[in-house]
Amino acid sequence: MTAPLLEVENLEAWYGRVKALHGVSFSMQAGGITTILGANGAGKTTTLRAISRMVKTAGSIRIDGRPVDSLATEDVVRLGVAHTPEGRGTFVQLTVEENLRLGSWGRGSKAGLEEDFERIYGWFPVLKERRHQAAGTLSGGEQQMLAVGRALMLKPRLMLLDEPSLGLAPLIVREIFRILRAANQEAGVSILLVEQNAALALDLADEVFLLETGRVVMHGPSSVLRADDAIRRSYLGY
Amino acid sequence: MTPAQQGGILNSPAQRRGILLAAIALACVLPFVMPPFRAFQFAQVWIYAIALLGLNLLTGYNGQISLGHGAFFALGAYCAAIMMDRWGIGYAWTIPAAAVLCFVAGFLFGLPALRLEGLYLALATFSLALAVPQILKYFEHWTGGSQGIVLNKPDAPFGLPLNADQWLYFFTFGTMLALFWLASNLVKGRIGRALVAIRDNPIAAQAMGVDAAMVKSMAFGVSAAYTGVAGALSATVIAFVAPDSFNVFLSITLLIGVVIGGLASITGALYGALFIQFVPNWAQELSKAAPWAIFGVVLIAVIYFVPTGIAGGLKRLAAWKAGRGVGGPST
Amino acid sequence: METFVQQVVSGLATGSIYAALALALVMIYEATDVVNFAQGEMAMFATYVCWTLLNAGMPYWAAFFATVAIAFAGGVVIERVVIRPVENAPVLAIVIVTTGLLVIFNSLAGWIYSYTQKPFPSPFPKEPLKVGGVVLGAHELGQIAVTLVVLACIYAFFRFTPLGLAMRAAAQNPVSSRLVGIRVGWMLALGWGLAAAFGAVAGMMVAPQLFLDPNMMGGVQIYAFAAATLGGFTSPVGAVLGGFVVGVVENLVGTYVSFIGTELKFTVALALIIVVLLVKPSGLLGRTVVKRV
Repeated sequence: MTAPLLEVENLEAWYGRVKALHGVSFSMQAGGITTILGANGAGKTTTLRAISRMVKTAGSIRIDGRPVDSLATEDVVRLGVAHTPEGRGTFVQLTVEENLRLGSWGRGSKAGLEEDFERIYGWFPVLKERRHQAAGTLSGGEQQMLAVGRALMLKPRLMLLDEPSLGLAPLIVREIFRILRAANQEAGVSILLVEQNAALALDLADEVFLLETGRVVMHGPSSVLRADDAIRRSYLGY
Repeated sequence: MTPAQQGGILNSPAQRRGILLAAIALACVLPFVMPPFRAFQFAQVWIYAIALLGLNLLTGYNGQISLGHGAFFALGAYCAAIMMDRWGIGYAWTIPAAAVLCFVAGFLFGLPALRLEGLYLALATFSLALAVPQILKYFEHWTGGSQGIVLNKPDAPFGLPLNADQWLYFFTFGTMLALFWLASNLVKGRIGRALVAIRDNPIAAQAMGVDAAMVKSMAFGVSAAYTGVAGALSATVIAFVAPDSFNVFLSITLLIGVVIGGLASITGALYGALFIQFVPNWAQELSKAAPWAIFGVVLIAVIYFVPTGIAGGLKRLAAWKAGRGVGGPST
Repeated sequence: METFVQQVVSGLATGSIYAALALALVMIYEATDVVNFAQGEMAMFATYVCWTLLNAGMPYWAAFFATVAIAFAGGVVIERVVIRPVENAPVLAIVIVTTGLLVIFNSLAGWIYSYTQKPFPSPFPKEPLKVGGVVLGAHELGQIAVTLVVLACIYAFFRFTPLGLAMRAAAQNPVSSRLVGIRVGWMLALGWGLAAAFGAVAGMMVAPQLFLDPNMMGGVQIYAFAAATLGGFTSPVGAVLGGFVVGVVENLVGTYVSFIGTELKFTVALALIIVVLLVKPSGLLGRTVVKRV
């Protein structure tokens, strides 16, 4: 039996002395899309940061059965984990094309780089138009597309996405989510998505985990949670 | 168990005062049991201590980095030299004169310095230090150019039975004690707290009503005054001033003394002064270049391992021993 | 008129040295927020290394490139070993560490090579060139040429190579750089290596005129600081332009403004630094940094 792609057990995390996660456990199989939902401050971003080794943690995190607790951020990236952080983290002074090229830095083989560029430009034509522009001059939606594109340039096995819909127009968000589904289905990219927009997330994801003040309070297939009116109303607010 | 019993030897104010008086008494005896050149060396230690205290007030307590305090030292030294050589004024009067002149110069420099953040201030003061010898040589008419000014070493006044070196030892020692006492009071009071508040969190300090601009400029002024007094004393003790003695390495020496002795510490100035006076003497036996190599290495080592300098290190040692000395529950 | 052209060319020649050193300063500042006060002394020490190789019989250009390589390696080692422990320390700690390095390099040079001045050869012919009636020193033209070549190579490196791109990214946004798999620590070390290499080039170019001694670079360094300040510590282009401007202005002022002459040159540099820092601290081409409260 193959190990799950991502396995998190009893994860605790701290910002300085403040404890943000109190023993979170979940796992993801390869090829799946999982979403972590919850209110502000629930610990969703912290969970992603923990996987990327950006915060102090205790507990176990395994990728493909291999523990990553002692690795640095850049080493986790090189295992094929692309993290699009809150606020997108674009290199605002560099051009769109340079941002995308940097996305490919962590991958093992640079073969097929040009095809990957074309694929990303195919998904996001506006990026091709603006490829020589400084990334900081792009609109919010375009920067989010750039961030997703940069993550995909890694040819990742797992994408960690932190609130991709934040501050964007619904049309653009739908487009981005369409491409995420395409990446998952065509390129086999597994996705761990943190979102506040529960409806959108449930639409895309197979599995849902609900966090409340640093603990998992509910989990299950998204179809079940979507169908259960009581749960939806009390936990997801709609 | 009283704190005095529980703690170490430095715990009670009475004990501290006792140690201080004993140290002063010892210092007063020293020049009579040492050869004259040692008295001369120790006079220079007191002078450095005053200069380091000045720099420490600015950089240690108030957080403004100066790599150019040699300029104020030079200003004080030349002020004294010119007063004594050109105008025949007695050396005792040069001290307050240098203090006032350097206070004004420091305050005036401090005003534009308000706009410079840490690194930029370091850069500006570093450039000042580099430029000082050239400036001194340029104003030949006043400064005597590259040759400098030769002065007469004063004898002990009132016919006291001391040779010149011994007298100057006591003169500088007394000045140092007075200035240390002054600084100590300054630092313990409201002004001291304002200095530290501005260093640690300037915005919070201002929000609490501290006039940061005035305090910072005054800090510069007082700091320059202290270092200027040290310069004036040095002109008297060494009886010679020349531009190349006041190059960038003097400013660096002062910074080294402050860091090694202990930032934001009054006694640190004394430890630092002892270090920068005696380590080169001893190191020069190895090689002409050895003193500076040692300074550099010790400087970096201090920042890595004992950032609070000798003073901080001693405090930690005392606290550690106090914790170990008694087997009772800790407070 | 000929004097003017000669002074401008001279100014461009010294300016090219300032440009190289200022660029080194700015590269390190952009990547690490550190002003390397030891820049000049490191350059001086590298020049002594070259002198040692030349004395051992190596031909000039072999020694030149070997020195550049050694300086590069030295810069990398210094960043990894000496600077890295204080990477996130307060400003004062870093100023003190780089000052410590300054002092160590200066005294090491004095210890190993003594304080007597040594002549240093120039690879360029001794006969001056005559261009349109104006006599120009071959060494000065050589300085300008070498610096321009170095600057062109560096520009190409940063603009067109993946490693150059990764270094730019690491300097601008270390967090995002880690998230694309860049080992930011090593990028910083490379930056220091390159800066040290520039310093070595500058030192070897300037040594024939100033003569090699441990205090050779002090005066040059203050002008490099002035150039970086003028151009803006956050702008590599500014640093280079600043270097050339400072070089030309220094020469013209020294020639045509009699009361300044050659004795007050450092004071002029100092005044320039202070004025720029007061009037426009970000320099001519630098970005204004907004402080978040």
